[in-house]
Amino acid sequence: MENIIFERIKKDIETNDVVLFMKGTAAFPQCGFSAAVVQVLSQLGVPFKDINVLEDAAIRQGIKDFTQWPTIPQLYVKGEFVGGCDIVREMFVAGELQELLKEKGVSFKNAA
Amino acid sequence: MATMTETIRTKLAQGLQTSRLDIVNESALHAGHAGDDGSGESHFRVLIVSSSFEGISRVERQRMVHAMLKDEIAHRIHAISIKALTDEEYNRM
Repeated sequence: MENIIFERIKKDIETNDVVLFMKGTAAFPQCGFSAAVVQVLSQLGVPFKDINVLEDAAIRQGIKDFTQWPTIPQLYVKGEFVGGCDIVREMFVAGELQELLKEKGVSFKNAA
Repeated sequence: MATMTETIRTKLAQGLQTSRLDIVNESALHAGHAGDDGSGESHFRVLIVSSSFEGISRVERQRMVHAMLKDEIAHRIHAISIKALTDEEYNRM
């Protein structure tokens, strides 16, 4: 069971440059922390795939086990775990998230 | 029984050399929202300043904190916001 879920997660993070596992959707986040990450990504103008863990209990637990990270949201860039809400916000403010995207070759609109 | 704030303080102080440890219970801000279990101990914000974080990535710092609060995060805390800084980073703020 776990393997099937892990395979699904792997496929999602390998076939999409930026993936956000979140509560709710990008258009309608259902948690303040998820909403905060959506806001950062929107400000940067970086396209991302949103995966609503509230719609799938197996993914909701599976992503925690996969990342070994106990909370949602979780941001992946090019298959690599970046962090949750606190880390994403800190990195954005410090300009490190923008650096990471550039390094990984992910294009986004608002580089400044 | 110890409050959740006290439990968090005790566990983090045991696991890390801290020069500053602020714990704010923000549960009242979330009363009636998702994750409010009525305990008044569901949402927390912590600032940890510790030399233990020297040379350690953001993700690994949070993993250290998560590990120390494993049971609390799994069963009782709905949300915890963590700021984990070295003394030098804190002094630059």
